[in-house]
Amino acid sequence: MPSNTRPDQQHFVAPLEETPLVAIDKVKAEGKPTNLWTDAWADVRGRPMFWISSALIVLVVIVALFPGLFTQVPPNNDCQLSNSNGGPADGHPLGFTKQGCDIYSRIIHGTSTSLSVGIIVTVLVAVLGITFGAFAGFYGGWIDSVLSRLGDIFFSIPYILAAVVIMSVFSKYANVWVISLAIGIFAWPATARVLRAEILRVKNADYVMAATALGVSRFRILLRHVLPNSIAPVIVITTISLASAIVAEATLSFLGVGLPSSTMSWGNDISAAQLDLRTAPQVLILPSIALSITVLSFIMLGEVVRDALDPKARARR
Amino acid sequence: MAGYIARRLLQAIPVLLGTTFLIYFMVFAMPGDPIVALFGDKTPPPQVLEQLRERYNLDQPFIVQYFIFLGNIFRGDLGTSFSGQPVSEILAETFPVTLRLALMAVIIEMVFGIAVGLISGLRKGGIFDASALVVSLILISLPVFVVAFVAQFIFGIQLGWFRTTVGPGAPTQDLILPAIVLATISFAQITRLTRASVIETDGQDFVRTAASKGLSRSRIVPVHILRNSLIPVVTYLAVDFGVLMVGATVTEGIFNVPGVGRTLYQAIIRGEGPTVVSFVTVMVLIYLVVNLLVDLLYAVLDPRIRYAK
Repeated sequence: MPSNTRPDQQHFVAPLEETPLVAIDKVKAEGKPTNLWTDAWADVRGRPMFWISSALIVLVVIVALFPGLFTQVPPNNDCQLSNSNGGPADGHPLGFTKQGCDIYSRIIHGTSTSLSVGIIVTVLVAVLGITFGAFAGFYGGWIDSVLSRLGDIFFSIPYILAAVVIMSVFSKYANVWVISLAIGIFAWPATARVLRAEILRVKNADYVMAATALGVSRFRILLRHVLPNSIAPVIVITTISLASAIVAEATLSFLGVGLPSSTMSWGNDISAAQLDLRTAPQVLILPSIALSITVLSFIMLGEVVRDALDPKARARR
Repeated sequence: MAGYIARRLLQAIPVLLGTTFLIYFMVFAMPGDPIVALFGDKTPPPQVLEQLRERYNLDQPFIVQYFIFLGNIFRGDLGTSFSGQPVSEILAETFPVTLRLALMAVIIEMVFGIAVGLISGLRKGGIFDASALVVSLILISLPVFVVAFVAQFIFGIQLGWFRTTVGPGAPTQDLILPAIVLATISFAQITRLTRASVIETDGQDFVRTAASKGLSRSRIVPVHILRNSLIPVVTYLAVDFGVLMVGATVTEGIFNVPGVGRTLYQAIIRGEGPTVVSFVTVMVLIYLVVNLLVDLLYAVLDPRIRYAK
């Protein structure tokens, strides 16, 4: 072996076993291969916050789907004004609203409104955001310029203000679908921006070039290779947008441009109770707690998922 | 730098035209009589309807209407409220109050947010960090009107520390509670932004170099870490401005602060659609200008932005 050391110099190389290189080079032959999603699952599984938030979300979904399981008291009929703002009574664990309706029953029956708005807005935001973001990021050029400027325009109007304007015009038709549309139509640019940035990073990867060299069509590359590898941050922002949509609906209902007062909604109940804050704070605070816990569980889930999917966030933990 | 400013200004023009067009389109291009639709269930007096029809030139083609609307805005003519006062006059009266409230809120959220974020970031994974995370998640989850009512109930009614509604002229001591409520909206975001930024800066080479030169931690933290961590927090001010506008609408309405937000809040509650549209348009225009200014400020602070692209 030719030596590249000078006469008095010692050339020392540590035996391979003593260096950390062995550990680095070692490839686990047995066991399943891992990817971003299995790693994320392994990470998420060990965190109490994941299980707490998931349990709460499951509970909220069950309450929304089957309110009859939790209360037999009708939320709207059977209200007696003699019970106005009354405290807890037999069969009415949380007391009564100003109209003498059962607070507990109203909270239970209002769940599906909040959750429906959250889900419809989220689906709308995801569809619009992914379509705009994917085309802008992947095709670039003038498509990118047009779509990004369009996104800028929608982004420049804070979505609650936009929804206030839309709901002022459409107040006659206010229902869960209209309010979701009013919120969602201005809330998508954030998702589109995140996805566009991620696609710009992914689209020059070797596997994309390999697919191009194999003659795969551009659109198919986008669907099969680029999107699945850039969707992680979208999932995080989508979870959080569900929480924001629930808050937005409650805020609009609170401002009086949300759902009609006949619709059972936490925002409406909070709004109706504000005048009696001094004498009967519980009427306002109880639905607020329900609202906040629901929002908190989606925020917590988003937090956990972000930590699991974003290696940078994981390092910051 | 001049090139960057010019490019950024040019980019702002289509967005400006687009946003005003969009607002106008949402209101006036809908089927049916937009003036009647703006009043919802209420029936306004016929002379008000007539006046509005005239003002918004509904007999002209849509695109002509839009340009007349745009021309009016740039001449400072924002229409009149239902009480007959010009919207620009109302703005001149109410804006200083809102500005004072917003500035107080920004100072509170920045001071506490940056302090908590800095300590969390420096002692990552400690008890303080964990508690700060829990508190910030709870604050993010609480809608601003809930925070406002709870604060009003506890500090205004139960403890009696603050007045529950703001008196005439909005004296600064009355604005403290609304400002704290407004500050809670963005406090959590600023904390988390600062924390992430501090952790990243703390791992940079120049911090290690400073430490190896023998500088004390008490010099490294403010001079090397904090200063370089604040750039993302400054850019957050642009987003924060939008949050503050919506927050101020709710907070000023609840605490009866005589500002822009309460005026918008009351117009919304009373179903005065045309006034709502004027106010939202003005707010969006201010928002665009603030975004532009923050972008330029960002370019001043971080030269990498200027030379990119």
